[in-house]
Amino acid sequence: MNEKLSIAQLKNTCVDLKKHVIDMIYKAQSGHPGGSLSVAEFVTACYFREMNVRPEEPRWPGRDRFVMSKGHVCPAQYAALAMRGYFPMEVLDTLRREGSPLQGHPDMKKCPGIDISTGSLGQGLACGVGMAIAAKLDGMDYRVFVAVGDGECNEGEIWEACGTAYKYKCDNLIVFADYNNLQLDGTCDEIMPPVDLAGKFRAFGFDVYEIDGNDMEEMVRALDLAVSVKNGRPKCIVGRTVKGKGVSYMENQVGWHGTAPNTEQYEQAMAELDTQYVEC
Amino acid sequence: MSEMVKKATRDGFGDEIVELGRENRDILVVDVDIGKSCKTGAFRKELPGQYLNVGIAEQNAAGVAAGLATCGKIPFVVTYAAFGSMRMVEMIRQEACYPHLNVKLACSHGGVTPANDGASHQCIEDLGILSTIPNMTVIMPADYHAARRLVRAAAAWDGPVYLRFTRDAIPVIYDEGVEFEIGRANKLREGTDAAIIANGDTVCLALEAARELSNRGVSVRVLDMHTVKPLDTEAVAACVNDCGRIVTVEDHNIINGLGSAVCCVAAEMGKGIVKRVGIQDQFGQSAPYERLLAMNGITVENIVSSVLALGK
Repeated sequence: MNEKLSIAQLKNTCVDLKKHVIDMIYKAQSGHPGGSLSVAEFVTACYFREMNVRPEEPRWPGRDRFVMSKGHVCPAQYAALAMRGYFPMEVLDTLRREGSPLQGHPDMKKCPGIDISTGSLGQGLACGVGMAIAAKLDGMDYRVFVAVGDGECNEGEIWEACGTAYKYKCDNLIVFADYNNLQLDGTCDEIMPPVDLAGKFRAFGFDVYEIDGNDMEEMVRALDLAVSVKNGRPKCIVGRTVKGKGVSYMENQVGWHGTAPNTEQYEQAMAELDTQYVEC
Repeated sequence: MSEMVKKATRDGFGDEIVELGRENRDILVVDVDIGKSCKTGAFRKELPGQYLNVGIAEQNAAGVAAGLATCGKIPFVVTYAAFGSMRMVEMIRQEACYPHLNVKLACSHGGVTPANDGASHQCIEDLGILSTIPNMTVIMPADYHAARRLVRAAAAWDGPVYLRFTRDAIPVIYDEGVEFEIGRANKLREGTDAAIIANGDTVCLALEAARELSNRGVSVRVLDMHTVKPLDTEAVAACVNDCGRIVTVEDHNIINGLGSAVCCVAAEMGKGIVKRVGIQDQFGQSAPYERLLAMNGITVENIVSSVLALGK
């Protein structure tokens, strides 16, 4: 059913998803809006087009896996899971509350649809590689989609995992590097220069697709290509993105890494997002 | 110990993991380029389809294993204790213990057994570090046969397990068919005057000390506390109630190891007296294995005198 959504429909679904992100973080008064918005197109394209999943059977062995290695932006994934029917939409209102399945960082034991618990940066990619290898060992054709942050790529374990993905010919692994050029303490160039992020993945033997990561058409084209090329090489979509994309006052502002909007800011964000729907 | 046969417990792991792999295709080995040293050579040769080697990248190995475990695999990450407990510990916490996945850590070179390698490769902190993490099970077998049985038990155990083996050969104290249960101490000798609770490569020393004490008219119970966590608190409580005087022996820092765990039980009971024999909160050096133990008072003579010092 995912294949039927047009680019325009995906764009509108992404606006819906972003509104849920803002709504959740506003209600929780806690969370990470900036990165949740920069990764939203990737999450939307995965859950509403590329991924073969069964929301009514979250642990279906044949499902495509999704790993939010940059776990702090889980509101984007939670919104997608709710919109796909993994759990009722009202659950989104419980983000970060005591007893909620929607922990501050994804918990696979508490939340249906989470394939691995993440939150400590640098670790999710290795887990995704393990899943991709398991598919190969079992002769199964599921794919593994992993979102990593540009700041997260400071972690050495990311590159250890890349080496393993190459060695074990994980062409069923699709990494999205969310290159918004902002980390918690400042710009990537200030904190730890990425130098050539795409070139690094290329050097590790990945097929690399460089796109505007907030452009749905480019995202869909890159994903379609990445999942179709079965040449034994892992794939990385390096997406140039804007942290806070879609909410003017959050865009490219390092201060919106982990801050919740107040009421006035919330209303402005929702109003701005409302203008971003397109004709279908 | 006149007929003493010696074998390293890492060999027990190497022999058992091949059998487990033959029986169950979901059993995997994840090596980090020290497989030869950790005795996975036979597994690699016989079961290449169940064998991964991710290079000198322990953190990644832990994550890959977690990912495999989410897909129904039972991966054994194989490395040295120093790296398995410290280089990758946060990955083990986050990706194996927190989600309670079936990741097994099989670590050779426990305690001071990598003697000549020096302090960098000896590991006296691991049992404490791993025991602190919720959901983790922590085991150190006392000989080759114990290692085989406990590796098998760990494979069947639901959840993460840390297994610690010796690099050097240690006396074989069990018969081949011995039974083990994770979390249940093995009582190797009955006694009423005092108890020695030991694990790993020090159990043989505890047994020898108990025989020596018996010759002097002191009746000593000996427990092989192979599982540090979950601790067999009933067996410890029985020692407190029946004997009152306890000496713990371990090839591990006396801080946060077996001795500390036993002290906690006694303290909460408000009864008994415990003396800890173990590594004296100091790093080792390149030296013969027995010398390193002796430098820390981990000797039959010191165990005997520690028991006697507790009085009757």
